[in-house]
Amino acid sequence: MTRFQTILSGLGGLAALYALAAGLLSGKPDISIMVASLVLLLAAARRFAGVMPHHQIDLGAGLAGMAALLMVLDAGMGADFWALLVASWLFSWLAVERAMMARAQAAAVAVALSLGVPVFFGIWIIFVWQLLTVGLEIPMVLLPSPEQIAVRFFNSTSVLWADFQQTFVKAALTGYIMGCGSAFILAILIDRVPFLQRGLLPVGNFVSALPIIGIAPVMVMWFGFDWQSKAAVVVVMTFFPMLVNTVAGLQATQAMERDLLRTYASSYFQLLIKLRLPTAAPFIFNALKINSTLALIGAIVAEFFGTPIVGLGFRISTEVGRMNLDMVWAEIVVAALAGSLSYGLLGLLERQVTFWHPSNRRKQS
Amino acid sequence: MGVLSRVFPIATVVAAIMVIWYGFAVYLNAPWQIDQYEKTGVEWQMRDLVRDTMAHDRPILPAPHQIVTEIWKTTVEKKITSKRSLIFHGGVTLSSTMLGFLMGTILGIGLAVSIVENRAMDKSLMPWIITSQTIPILAIAPMIIVVLNSVGLSGLVPKALISTYLSFFPVVVGMVKGLRSPDPMHIDLMRTYKASRLQMFWKLRLPASVPFLFASMKVAVAISLVGAIVGELPTGAVAGLGARLLAGSYYGQTIQIWSALISAACMAAVLVMLVGVVSHFTLRRMGLSQ
Repeated sequence: MTRFQTILSGLGGLAALYALAAGLLSGKPDISIMVASLVLLLAAARRFAGVMPHHQIDLGAGLAGMAALLMVLDAGMGADFWALLVASWLFSWLAVERAMMARAQAAAVAVALSLGVPVFFGIWIIFVWQLLTVGLEIPMVLLPSPEQIAVRFFNSTSVLWADFQQTFVKAALTGYIMGCGSAFILAILIDRVPFLQRGLLPVGNFVSALPIIGIAPVMVMWFGFDWQSKAAVVVVMTFFPMLVNTVAGLQATQAMERDLLRTYASSYFQLLIKLRLPTAAPFIFNALKINSTLALIGAIVAEFFGTPIVGLGFRISTEVGRMNLDMVWAEIVVAALAGSLSYGLLGLLERQVTFWHPSNRRKQS
Repeated sequence: MGVLSRVFPIATVVAAIMVIWYGFAVYLNAPWQIDQYEKTGVEWQMRDLVRDTMAHDRPILPAPHQIVTEIWKTTVEKKITSKRSLIFHGGVTLSSTMLGFLMGTILGIGLAVSIVENRAMDKSLMPWIITSQTIPILAIAPMIIVVLNSVGLSGLVPKALISTYLSFFPVVVGMVKGLRSPDPMHIDLMRTYKASRLQMFWKLRLPASVPFLFASMKVAVAISLVGAIVGELPTGAVAGLGARLLAGSYYGQTIQIWSALISAACMAAVLVMLVGVVSHFTLRRMGLSQ
């Protein structure tokens, strides 16, 4: 065990001991908290005794603590409750720490670990969120609990779906395709004229640092309330990152490679398709990924400046006014899911297209 | 390459954009103007049309010189304390931008250090940090402002929190890269000196990460300005460039919208340049660049 792990298990054991003592001293100890604290205490003791060093046991102890906390949630929260929360957290961390230490893992285990650890962390965040909102009786107008959000999400799927279509499919996706597509074509045209390249690249870099989102009210004035104005905002927002990245990517070929293709007597288009576009692909995907989040932001923010009565941004702003924060959070979940999924899909696509790139090659051991 | 050969293409492109802008201003404002001519029965020629389309009170697209005049009027000719002074509104936005940028940078550096020093943190935090940015925080910023207001937090802090959320991300990514950038040779050298982890951090990793930190800070400062502007949208149009945008869009004051936009753009440019200058001198002092 490293020193850090010793500290983790020591603190975890102390917290469990404190939970046990506080529960007993309070006069009416809760049976599930007592059992879980005892389990955690034993797990800590076994670490110092040096027996059974499996990280699964630490994980099990942590999970037992979480289960006990969920069980007593409605009965109020005393010192034993908080101490048990701390102990479970420390042991979950210890389990992750130990799992990482285990050397000589099979490839499948390593993959499972790299997926499982973040998921476990996410579960902990939601778990603490639930404990705090329910336990401290935080009113829903401030922060709804994950449970309330989930219930609202599944009860209003049809509204959410309509909003998703309006904002994501019609506004964001249309604008994204038009913005990225036109920037891509312009970049290829610019690439033939070095003068334009030297002039447009600094200007493009400058513009992509600007708060372009501010043109939203202008676009709503020009293109009306429906999705066309939102798509226009998205076009402008996505245009410059794509332009700058594609131009930079097209310049990324090396003289040697270009010379080789020239000795093969390749034409401009052959050079473009066989060498320069593939070399530019990592840059282009970078822009596509940046733009996927920008597009969603642009479409939603533009809806604050006027919109028909459907759409993620519209729903968020009206439901805030009506204090239906659970609905707002359900919309946020939709936006987050849409954003993460499109980012993930682009990442997968990138791996397929640029499988040759050093960052995608599997490391050889 | 000389200065001239670098500046000339940029100047040409900027001039071309100006020409296109004027062209569009005339083209977009013309229908309304022609309508006016026909209503009043005035004989008009192309020259009149061009002149008049650039003098609308509420043009569809104002001409650049109208925007410059408006900015001049609302900065130099108004007292700073006036509610109509752009300097006043810009100052409000700037203060929350800077506070958010500062908090975001500190948070980003802290997260990056813990990610680099602890593998469990790396594995569990990094995917969530990336996911956090796919949530369109800008889009839910108004809600966060309203909710924080109801808890009693109002004014500068909620806006700065939006900026913090946006600006910590580039700093984390850049710093993680930077803290991991030392050459394996250098790390080995430090090991032969029996350097402790702390010494390795202060004497090797941290200095190596400074160029990366400044590169990320340039992105972070620009994005925290965006956060501050969007954060101002729902505060009931009280103060700040975002409030000017919203008020302008309510009353159809296009010149006001554009002047707020252009001043925001100038502010972004100045902030990025300032970070660039600080970066230049720091790196030169550290001997990392000429």
